[in-house]
Amino acid sequence: MALTGLEIYKLLPKKNCRECGSPTCLAFAMQLAQGKGSLDACPYVSEEAKEKLGAASQPPIRLVTIGTGEHALQVGDETVLFRHDKTFFHQPPLAVTVYDDWEDARIQARLAELKAFSWERVGLVLRVDMVAVVHRAEEPGRLAAAAQMVQAALPYPLYLESAEAGAVEAALQAVGAGKPLIAAATPENWQAWVELAKKYGCPLVVSAEGLDALAELAEKVAAAGVKDLVLDSRPATLVQALTDQTQIRRLAIRKKFRPLGYPTLVRVPQGDAWQATAYAATLIAKYGGVLLLPAEVGIPNVLPLVTLRQNIYTDPQKPIQVQPGIYPVGEPGPDAPVLVTTNFSLTYFTVMSDVEASKIPAYMLICDTDGTSVLTAWAAGKFSAESIAETMDKFKLAEKVNHRRLILPGFVAVLSGKLQSLTNWEVVVGPRESAGLPNFLRARLSA
Amino acid sequence: MGVELQREKWVGRVTPVTLGATAAEGGTRGHTITVGGETTLPFLHFEGQMPHAPVTALEIWDMPPADWPPLLLDAFGDAVQDPVSWAKKCVDEYGARLLCLRLASTAPDGQNAPPEAAADTVRAVLKAVDVPLIVLGCGDFDKDNQVFPKVSDAAAGERVAIGIAEQNNYKSLVASCMMNNHVILSQAPIDINIQKQMNILITEMGMPPERILMDPTTGGLGYGLEYCYSIMERIRLGALQGDKMLAMPLIVFPGQESWRFKEAKEPESAAPQWGEQYTRAISWELTTAVALLQAGADVLVFRHPEARRQTERYIEAMMAPAGVEA
Ligand code: SF4
Repeated sequence: MALTGLEIYKLLPKKNCRECGSPTCLAFAMQLAQGKGSLDACPYVSEEAKEKLGAASQPPIRLVTIGTGEHALQVGDETVLFRHDKTFFHQPPLAVTVYDDWEDARIQARLAELKAFSWERVGLVLRVDMVAVVHRAEEPGRLAAAAQMVQAALPYPLYLESAEAGAVEAALQAVGAGKPLIAAATPENWQAWVELAKKYGCPLVVSAEGLDALAELAEKVAAAGVKDLVLDSRPATLVQALTDQTQIRRLAIRKKFRPLGYPTLVRVPQGDAWQATAYAATLIAKYGGVLLLPAEVGIPNVLPLVTLRQNIYTDPQKPIQVQPGIYPVGEPGPDAPVLVTTNFSLTYFTVMSDVEASKIPAYMLICDTDGTSVLTAWAAGKFSAESIAETMDKFKLAEKVNHRRLILPGFVAVLSGKLQSLTNWEVVVGPRESAGLPNFLRARLSA
Repeated sequence: MGVELQREKWVGRVTPVTLGATAAEGGTRGHTITVGGETTLPFLHFEGQMPHAPVTALEIWDMPPADWPPLLLDAFGDAVQDPVSWAKKCVDEYGARLLCLRLASTAPDGQNAPPEAAADTVRAVLKAVDVPLIVLGCGDFDKDNQVFPKVSDAAAGERVAIGIAEQNNYKSLVASCMMNNHVILSQAPIDINIQKQMNILITEMGMPPERILMDPTTGGLGYGLEYCYSIMERIRLGALQGDKMLAMPLIVFPGQESWRFKEAKEPESAAPQWGEQYTRAISWELTTAVALLQAGADVLVFRHPEARRQTERYIEAMMAPAGVEA
């Protein structure tokens, strides 16, 4: 809800002193209304005006930062209900839980597992992003010790949870500089948590049962000066969680309902790793913010979850691309077949897995088509005999293999003549659908 | 503070479709299965009705699948040698209430089994188990066009779902499904406009919308799931906004699209960083299914019985209007 130039003008000091660089206050206001310049340029603007103007330019869901430095996470600032309307912007952080009443050795084992769990997929690193340290131990100081252990082992931001603000305060004295997410302020005890969040500059979970109580609590906490909030509506069931998440998203985006204009927390219940996986998957698809995974959710469950998260948060307008180049599948030798295709990630992955399925080692020559599929790229002139020939030269394909034979996708069979005359390589037309590759490759090998 | 709940006022409804026919309806199935009827987005019980829970099927083949990994084949043992034993195992041991028979042996570049043999297999499976059946061809248009009419005749009266029909080969399948009172699977390549066009063409031939399931083309998790997810959401929104030609229930294939890829296929020895294969592979199929359910899936075809079972538990929890406490 942007303000008009005149509305902004009314809030300015009207000194026309030019210190902001504009000739008049009105001119400055007009600039701001167009989203140019910053209010800070006026040294005389009142606190009240700052607040009003700030509120008007706030996104419907606040962007909250958890942690510091390279591994800091941002969550919130979503603008749509459906990814096809634009895109979802900030992936929900996945936090794996450790309890402070575990033996040190058990905590260390969990951390080692998380450390090893990271791999690259189409240039993006998939991994768990946070560690949740939950206070359950009898000794009050144990949370601090466990948090320090985690921080020493992994660079990821922390989530610290306790029923007692005092236990979290003790932990913050040790790890507070890392700006962990702390939990949780409730309708009964929020003042103490507000003090903590302010003192350490940490984002804060506000937790109350049901949206009415939650909105009320969030408003109080925000009015007390803590704005980086994460909402926990404490749903009793997954159906209720889906309902709450849907309502919070609709209220924030459609109604600009400020009290619920924050990212959310999802506590995946303990008990059953399969249903916990399904629970987490549901709220990765539907509006979840920080996802707390229970201890029994292991790496084999997390693998599909981080992949789903990557899928759902892919910008529909910007398909993921693979770097052009020559990619080995299996361990190809100099006589291995060479298959040409485009750098659309989906095309690349599908072709790669079908070549893998053939069990015949091969090279894939990936051409730059701005991340479009074979037919789309061909229609747009981005996948042509010339561009394939250039890619062959650029990546010195002739030095990789001892033969001069290329396999071309069946959909662009029309390119084969020209490609053959441009390169003097033999061009073999492959199947139209990638699924036909295993049979095609095996048949060629036996021929 | 009173938070005003946001409820959409949808005007449309997903068309109910029934699979299978009991003796009373001219078939021999022990039960029928109805899907569709939703007047809201998935599981938003505060806003509308989901009169029929989404259903799960297990996939069986008429020949032992060559490219299924050992972990998946282990679930069925020797039963994969014979579609009748395989069907019985799925129903008796794994509790499947719906089966999806793939006539893989008819593929011209494989065994190239004749249409008559395929029809015999369908007859034998229908005789061996009394659950409703989905029958898939090998995917070769010309061959499917020879096989489908025979299958359709062999299953006359049983209201099986037959597919896949797509732009280039829907006509003969529609004709034979109409004649024998079957349900047709209408497929489009992740494209809402083609999907709608397909449904228009099929209904213009006289097929009632109550006998069409839409197959939006399933994308695998990590392999294009997001395209399929968004097309399904758009199709379902279209249905709720009143577009009858997008209102058919959606059928998807999480099993097929999970077990094709190495994330499910690789044993732990080949990919130690991904952890133990059983949990990983079942979670992969389950996670795919959950995402598809959240996008509006009505019928889901599985390969691994445990993935199907866990999805059933999930659906049951999601179908209780107030939810089930974890
Ligand atoms: S600096 Fe402030 S008071 Fe001076 S002209 Fe600019 S807006 Fe007006």
